[in-house]
Amino acid sequence: MCLAVPGRLVEVSMDGDVRMGKVSFGGVSRGVCLECVPAAVPGDYVLVHVGFALSVIDEAEANRVFAMLAELDPGALEEATS
Amino acid sequence: MKYLDEYRNGDAAKRLADAIAREASRHHVVMEICGGQTHSIVRYGLDEMLPETVELVHGPGCPVCVTPLEAIDRAHAIARRDDVVFCSFGDMLRVPGSETDLLRLKSEGADVRIVYSPLDALRVAQENPAREVVFFAIGFETTAPPNAMAVSLAARRGIRNFSVLVSHVLVPPAIDAILSAPDNRVRGFLGPGHVCTVTGLSEYEPLASGHRTPIVVSGFEPVDLLEGVLRVVRQLERGQGTVENQYGRSVRPAGNEAAQALVTDVFEVRDQKWRGIGAIPRSGLGLREKYTAQDAERKFDVGALRTNEPAECISGEILRGVKKPWDCAAFGKRCTPERPLGATMVSSEGACAAYFAYGRTEKRRRLPLAEAPA
Repeated sequence: MCLAVPGRLVEVSMDGDVRMGKVSFGGVSRGVCLECVPAAVPGDYVLVHVGFALSVIDEAEANRVFAMLAELDPGALEEATS
Repeated sequence: MKYLDEYRNGDAAKRLADAIAREASRHHVVMEICGGQTHSIVRYGLDEMLPETVELVHGPGCPVCVTPLEAIDRAHAIARRDDVVFCSFGDMLRVPGSETDLLRLKSEGADVRIVYSPLDALRVAQENPAREVVFFAIGFETTAPPNAMAVSLAARRGIRNFSVLVSHVLVPPAIDAILSAPDNRVRGFLGPGHVCTVTGLSEYEPLASGHRTPIVVSGFEPVDLLEGVLRVVRQLERGQGTVENQYGRSVRPAGNEAAQALVTDVFEVRDQKWRGIGAIPRSGLGLREKYTAQDAERKFDVGALRTNEPAECISGEILRGVKKPWDCAAFGKRCTPERPLGATMVSSEGACAAYFAYGRTEKRRRLPLAEAPA
């Protein structure tokens, strides 16, 4: 029910006084309300729940877990990436 | 898809599970709050990747499951009216009330429509000015901003034939209730990543320190969930109880302030009943007085409701992590997703429905609950 899916913001538009946008989910795009992400610009990845963008994905934070994994077990990572 | 596939990487998941096995020196009971997390854990078999020292129990974070029977029965009474178009998220349609469900009402001629977003329901109202359009506004904090937006827009745009039937629940009071119960077994939590995307972390800090219980706000994919478990286990091993944020790619410590402002404008905190659990003080949201015109409960007098819940259902104990689905004699026999007896079987995110869907019909845990150290 709290399902939210990341997609790439393609286009920003206005519906009256409401900021809307088009978001692409792996090539399938749909209209999304952008009222809660006033700073989002095309190219950003946004997290969408029931037609509403609730956050802009932070790329550095998104990669953090993989850096942590490398620290956890450096040997295994070398194996996996070699 | 970007930001999904990499978090489903099997090697990364295995390395995290191995780290958990190395670091967990004694029995730990960890609860994931959110139904989406439960679904992911059972779907990917994450609980079975974990060492026998780490037991996952499944929390009350499925809004479809915990919507009280009174609200379901009220929805059915409103949906039956000839002048009403009743709009709902799809997963509410099969939820049984005392007498019927929305899908059956639809087959009997009621105008019940599935919408993807509350704004779709608002559009239905604009396109059908002669009908009363009612949206079943349920959910946790994640869904409150979208639902608030629909209410606010209806008021601003003078769409008078649109109203909402509200049953909104809040996570922190439920965590407090679980930790305060005398039979509580939960020692650490995976916090709800999408709820906290909206609310931020501040409400969780007093819970973690007050109950000396780690809360690691986590995402929904296998790597997210296993990293969350690892961080909870590390805290438990050290005797800590603090809030950590595993899901930083979406959760900012202060949350989403624009979303919070929307919610505060439309809703106020109220006492709330949870199906399977009972009343929890200040654990829900209701419409503010200035949005009375958008309140379906006031708009449609359905008279007194007499609710009837099957006595056999143990979903209250499952939602608090005290029991597992297979501890119930009715599970998979008299109670299935097609004919659910209660809360945890009614939605695919409920623990019983997830266990049923992925063939967990028998005990596979190695430590029986009665023998597990507290």
